[in-house]
Amino acid sequence: MLGYIVKRVLYAIPISLSVTVVSFILVYLAPGDPLNAIAPADAPAEVIAGLKSAYGLDRPVPVQYGMWLLRAVQGDLGTSIASGRAVSGEVMSAVSNTLLLAGVAALAGVLVGCILGALAGYHQGSWIDRAATTLSVIGVSIPHYWLGLVLTIIFSIWLGWFPAMGAGPGGSGEWLWDIAHLKYLVLPALTLSVIPMGIITRTVRALVADMLQQEFVTALRARGLSGRAIFRHIAKNTAPTVLAVAGL
Amino acid sequence: MKPISKQLFRWLAVLPLAFFLNGGLHAETVARYGISMADIPLTTGQPDRGAGAYQFTGHTLYDPLIAWEANISERPGKLVPGLATSWKVDAKDKKKWLFTLRKGVKFHDGSIFKADAVIWNLDKVLSDKSPQFDAKQSAQVRPRIPSIASYRKVNDYAVEITTKEVDALFPYQLPWFLISSPAQWEKMGKDWSQVAIHPSGTGPFKLDKLVPRERAELVKNTGYWDKKRLAKTDRIVLIPIPDAMTRVNALLNGQVDIIETPPPDVVPQLKSAGFKLVQNVTPHVWPYHFSTLPGSPWADIRVRKAANLAIDRDAVVKLLNGLATPAIGQMDVTSPWFGKPGFKIKYDLAAARALMEQAGYSKEHPLVAKVVIAQGGTGQMLSLPMNEFIQQSLAEINIQVSFEVVELENLYLHWRSGAKADMNAGKGITAINLAYVTADPFYGITRFVDSRYVAPNGVNWGYYNNPKVDQMVDKIRTSFDTRTQDKLLAQVHEIMVDDALMLWVVHDVNPHSLSPKVKEFVQAQHWFQDLTTIRM
Repeated sequence: MLGYIVKRVLYAIPISLSVTVVSFILVYLAPGDPLNAIAPADAPAEVIAGLKSAYGLDRPVPVQYGMWLLRAVQGDLGTSIASGRAVSGEVMSAVSNTLLLAGVAALAGVLVGCILGALAGYHQGSWIDRAATTLSVIGVSIPHYWLGLVLTIIFSIWLGWFPAMGAGPGGSGEWLWDIAHLKYLVLPALTLSVIPMGIITRTVRALVADMLQQEFVTALRARGLSGRAIFRHIAKNTAPTVLAVAGL
Repeated sequence: MKPISKQLFRWLAVLPLAFFLNGGLHAETVARYGISMADIPLTTGQPDRGAGAYQFTGHTLYDPLIAWEANISERPGKLVPGLATSWKVDAKDKKKWLFTLRKGVKFHDGSIFKADAVIWNLDKVLSDKSPQFDAKQSAQVRPRIPSIASYRKVNDYAVEITTKEVDALFPYQLPWFLISSPAQWEKMGKDWSQVAIHPSGTGPFKLDKLVPRERAELVKNTGYWDKKRLAKTDRIVLIPIPDAMTRVNALLNGQVDIIETPPPDVVPQLKSAGFKLVQNVTPHVWPYHFSTLPGSPWADIRVRKAANLAIDRDAVVKLLNGLATPAIGQMDVTSPWFGKPGFKIKYDLAAARALMEQAGYSKEHPLVAKVVIAQGGTGQMLSLPMNEFIQQSLAEINIQVSFEVVELENLYLHWRSGAKADMNAGKGITAINLAYVTADPFYGITRFVDSRYVAPNGVNWGYYNNPKVDQMVDKIRTSFDTRTQDKLLAQVHEIMVDDALMLWVVHDVNPHSLSPKVKEFVQAQHWFQDLTTIRM
């Protein structure tokens, strides 16, 4: 087991290095000049040359890459050319917002998907099944950006129930788990949760429907177990697949 | 009386008093401003993100030696004393300018403003050997103060700046150069990234809070030296909202009180919802800048004039829902530098076609040209629809225009490189569509017509070369009387228009939308706006 882990970690090193090389080169292949982020449009040639020298951009690309890599392995990702702030700080503040939103959206999608899927599986062929299936199809089909706009129009502009933008009354740096802050999460999380909700609903419906046909369920019923107890058994058996799909 | 009744009685007696007292206390007035930038501009002294950023973290936190009068709307402003109470050129050596500095001014950190601070700040952006040199700030302001050759302290309240050549227009450069506190830099461990979070200037606002990419909260500086410009609002919260529709939604939702540049198609909705739209003459023009190099299809003045006559500018203004004004020259007609050009730019298809015929073009033998344009971006207005309109208009007079569409940052490269560069001439590009700030004589006029100001030295992109104009520009630079300057600038502008140097389409009007909570906002005829005029 340990050997397997060590092998996987060792494989990751050349892969990571290749990714950094490709990413580094892509910046230079793309049209434009990184200095456009800091130099005014009409900056004369000597200002541009001075900036290139100050930021080390006049050195050969392999040298620049080497210098970056040497610092990166020591945890120093340098300073952003655009903002002048430490790159690690910029990345971490963005990552924390991303984790918050993605986490809540994923949780909502999986929870709602499980509930709808279970209901659909238990009531196969009924209107509940059809309604849940329709919702799941809409969820996986609808474009995110369109849904986000529509939700903003209805709930922020027309009804005024939720904010149209932002990450809290004081910004994302002052996040609290209270109503005033959670209001900012509702629409974005709802928008992002519809696709996982749709996928999980379909998966759970199929699994639950299949489980209900299994002989062990018939046997459990014959033994006189309550519906709730049988549901626990079904849940335990469907959970691994649902978790695997949710993980994807 | 029973104990509970006694307590109740006490509360009933106290509560009205509490309400009365609270009503009498001053509640902080707050204006939340949705700005179009993707981040808060640099707060260290020289803002980045273009001319429009100076109103946010430039002239709020800091002052220049010479300021621009930005708190009036009914006429263009003018240069006014800032941290310099007066300035004059040395009669014996007109490259030397003496600035008398304002006394009794303190930085936000309490240190006193004196000549040493001016020299320190000049070193900050011009002397890369100085410990306080900041490449980022230098990059922003050096192109805007190109005339400075050297400087020295005369005494505690006087500074002398020497220009490279005699340049009577030099004062126009100084509103861009802002003075930050040397003491604060020392206090922050000589670290500009720390100064960015705790800046110190002499301006009418102080920075209370900065959350990168999210907000900056400016609070009124009650000790500001210019009592006529004390802020009318206690706190202004700047919130970057780069997407135009999101800005509008935030305004409609009540999350912000002011937004800049609403998209044209939501103007009716904003008005019907009770929001005010303010706009004003703005030093900005949206043109096609022609290459006049030999071999360029635009080298023929008849073609350039025909192109100008083929555009229905009123229709373009309608396309933008009124958020523009027709441009019949480089400058707005209200500018003192507009003059009386002989070539009257208007929509006249018949005259345009006649000129094209004279130049030898027809339906069977059209003029073919390629223009490099941006897909969008700051100042470019509705780039793609407007360019399509121009393309269709020019097609009516047998000019077939194709586009090289690039990202705005890439367009700047095309611009800095000049028409002769490989990336332009090598690709058959003979015109560039880039909106220009026309705020002062250099930005509006001379940099485009001076034949010495071609790439890589400047942005006379099309290599316009008129010896008479060069002489006039030299005369402007050596005329220290502003009335003479204005007259000469108007004459140069007349030649620009008569030579149809560019295809001028519209001027931006820098629209803002205000919630009913905003009682006052004076929009200047400039990219510099004075946020002290905002009153809630």
